[in-house]
Amino acid sequence: MIELKQVSKKYGDTIAVNKVSFKVEEGENLVLLGTSGCGKTTTLKMINRLIEPDGGQILINEADVLQQNPENLRRGIGYVMQNIGLFPHYTIEENISVVPKLLKWEKKKTADRIYDLLKKLHLPENILQLFPSQLSGGQQQRIGLARALVANPAILLMDEPFGALDNVTRSKIQEEFKELEELKRKTIVMVTHDVLEAFELADRICLMDRGEIKQIGTPKDLLFKPANDFARKFLDGQRLALEFKVIKISDLWPNLPNAANNDAKALNPAMTIWSVMEMLSSKGTTELSFVNKNDERKVVNFNELSKAFNEYKKHLQP
Amino acid sequence: MSEQQTLWQFMSMESDKLLNQTLQHIGLTFISLLFAIAIGLPLGILIARKRKLSGTILGIAGVLQTVPSIALLGFMIPLLGIGAKPAIVALLIYALLPIIRNTYTGIIGIDKHITEAANALGMSKLQILLKIELPLAMPVILAGIRTATVINVGVATLASYIAAGGLGEFIFGGISLNNTNMILAGAIPAALLAIILDALLSIIQRLDFKKLRRILTAFPVALVLFSALYILPSAYGSGLKAGFTPEFMGRQDGDLGLKSAYGLKIQTVVISDAVMYQAAYSKELDVISGYSTDGRLKAFDLKILKDNKGIFPPYYAAPIVLQSSLKKLPGLEDALNLLAGKITDSIMTDLNYRTDYLHQTPTQVAKDFLIKNKLYKTPRNGNMGTVKIGSKIFGEQYILAEIYSMLIKGNTDYQVETKTGLGGTKICFDALVNNQIDFYPEYTGTGLLAILKPDAKLVTKISSDRDETYRYVRAEFLKKYNIKWLKPIGFNNSYALMMRQKQSAQLNVNTITDLKNYLDKN
Ligand SMILES: Nc1ncnc2c1ncn2[C@@H]1O[C@H](COP(=O)(O)OP(=O)(O)O)[C@@H](O)[C@H]1O
Ligand SMILES: [Mg+2]
Repeated sequence: MIELKQVSKKYGDTIAVNKVSFKVEEGENLVLLGTSGCGKTTTLKMINRLIEPDGGQILINEADVLQQNPENLRRGIGYVMQNIGLFPHYTIEENISVVPKLLKWEKKKTADRIYDLLKKLHLPENILQLFPSQLSGGQQQRIGLARALVANPAILLMDEPFGALDNVTRSKIQEEFKELEELKRKTIVMVTHDVLEAFELADRICLMDRGEIKQIGTPKDLLFKPANDFARKFLDGQRLALEFKVIKISDLWPNLPNAANNDAKALNPAMTIWSVMEMLSSKGTTELSFVNKNDERKVVNFNELSKAFNEYKKHLQP
Repeated sequence: MSEQQTLWQFMSMESDKLLNQTLQHIGLTFISLLFAIAIGLPLGILIARKRKLSGTILGIAGVLQTVPSIALLGFMIPLLGIGAKPAIVALLIYALLPIIRNTYTGIIGIDKHITEAANALGMSKLQILLKIELPLAMPVILAGIRTATVINVGVATLASYIAAGGLGEFIFGGISLNNTNMILAGAIPAALLAIILDALLSIIQRLDFKKLRRILTAFPVALVLFSALYILPSAYGSGLKAGFTPEFMGRQDGDLGLKSAYGLKIQTVVISDAVMYQAAYSKELDVISGYSTDGRLKAFDLKILKDNKGIFPPYYAAPIVLQSSLKKLPGLEDALNLLAGKITDSIMTDLNYRTDYLHQTPTQVAKDFLIKNKLYKTPRNGNMGTVKIGSKIFGEQYILAEIYSMLIKGNTDYQVETKTGLGGTKICFDALVNNQIDFYPEYTGTGLLAILKPDAKLVTKISSDRDETYRYVRAEFLKKYNIKWLKPIGFNNSYALMMRQKQSAQLNVNTITDLKNYLDKN
């Protein structure tokens, strides 16, 4: 668990981070979202003491990070950044082994762990003897992730981890990232300026502006219960897309027509509107059927979907 | 005329010296490089950490590098004496800038995300330096070391000025003695050394990270090994120590004569004329080879040892002029001859003393002298042509060049262009032969021994008589080079062995034979 209490950081006259407080629970993924220069990176780097705060307190599992040896602290926290920062003079294997070496792991243990990670990240084994410059951007980013994960840290800090990738590679890696079993157990703080990415990956989003937190909550909270004008305006540009990403079939359940038949291919209502629409447009079918835990069945097409969605939103209006 | 020697013959004849000088040269280069790395690398790292210091430190190193090498060596003598120590320190100072600068730029040029990643992974400051920063900066650092090495091979030739050995002994000896083979025997190995080391280091510099790692472990070992080649010239024995110029070392009326006529055996180092007197004064040396009219004789309280066997015959100084110039510039000969017989030994010593010790300018000294002798005339500012005067690179020649310049301006309608500081005899004489200058003051002894180089028998026959020497060189120069010796200026300049007044009195050494006897006894 990570907790920030009234944390501030100044650079000369600019207040990069102003009295920021939040908690990240065990296994939770908190995304720091905001425009460039709003203090996300600074906030993130204070957690593993790459930057020292001017005021406030940062606790990891109740222990003040400022009381700990910074090097030992960092060896226990995975860190991934946009520029990846692989060591160009180290082979891929050496790059991944940095932290195990610092922790004085046995060679065998490191090798087994690396092998395990390569499989999970869909990387070929022969990559290990290459140098970073011989890899594609996507591969480099995966190696950066492997390097952060290799020593099984409970906490992962990620600064725009997919920022340097092209669109196709980015969505592929984001997909993998969501699926990766290892990551589901980790406490993650991730920085991004990309609203869609934040909504895609976050359990909770911490929206920042000029060093201050504007709102902190689930994606749904931000969308439907904006705390202030800033939060509302921030999402306005992509509001519809975001709503489609956030609202699930289960949310619309009462507003959808019941299905008559017992379709064997019925889907799970945890799907978002976004993915249902993707399916409808790609599969060439006009209807999809869903079944919930109580064995209730519903059927969905474009028309029904938009009707249900509009009704759902009417409910939300105060 | 002695038989023309080939370069190869010279090299094989002098192979012992050549090998010794080459090893000394490599040793000097690498010892200073070793120290320069030991100092420059940490300094480079320091200023990469504390950037505020970078301007100051790079500035100082930069300024040090612009100090002319000879001057730097001169500054070292009062602090460190002569020999290896000042030479190494001077070389080190030249090598410092490229090493500090490249270490600095190499480290600050590293993508900061890489060091940030290293930090974030929990590497310590030292680990980041050793495993990330230095390896990544290494190609740039090696480029600096490469530059420093090439600079050092070059500057190390000057080590011979202050008795630290190296290939400069041949190069500068050859220049003074007008011996091309000797120059090449020093210059070719020095150039090869620079080329080979440069090529080796450029190969290392371009290696990929994997191979570089292996080579870099061997690098310090090689560095130390090469440094060891320079066995530091042994410390002072109980006996006396002599410092002779490269020219003196190779001349019959020099070290060769001392050995054959007197059987003098003395521990000897090769040293430049520019620092020799100072070194004798500060007791770094006990016996030096000077010129009998040198002003520093007076300035540094030195005493000439009597040449009781007459191996240093006195020679006339006189202007030597291209015949073609005399034809082209009528009246020039008369103007130059105005000085004939006017400067005696003691006057010349005094004039030298004024420039060398009282630090008056050669122009001032020349004018005062001419006024005193009623030879000074205001310049006519004529426009009938230009006379080009040359001079070698020492004080007496500067004064003579100035005097001649004033005589020409006052007594003819020519303008004057002086090309002073034309190095040793060879450079000056070549300039004359190639019509770069019209005349310069030369000494009959040098004309005989360094330029004409007749066989030893003839030398012994004529060189004891100064007038006969004059007649011989005058005739030969006209015949061979179309160059005319004008009337002698008056003073006789000859080599002389010198000691400090005080030491000479203490040891009761007044003649060269006394010196030999003293040395044999001790
Ligand atoms: N080392 C620094 N020196 C001075 N100002 C800085 C430094 N690092 C960040 N800042 C400033 O602090 C503010 C927050 O920066 P940062 O945390 O990097 O923003 P973000 O990651 O949200 O883009 C910006 O105004 C930035 O210019
Ligand atoms: Mg940032």
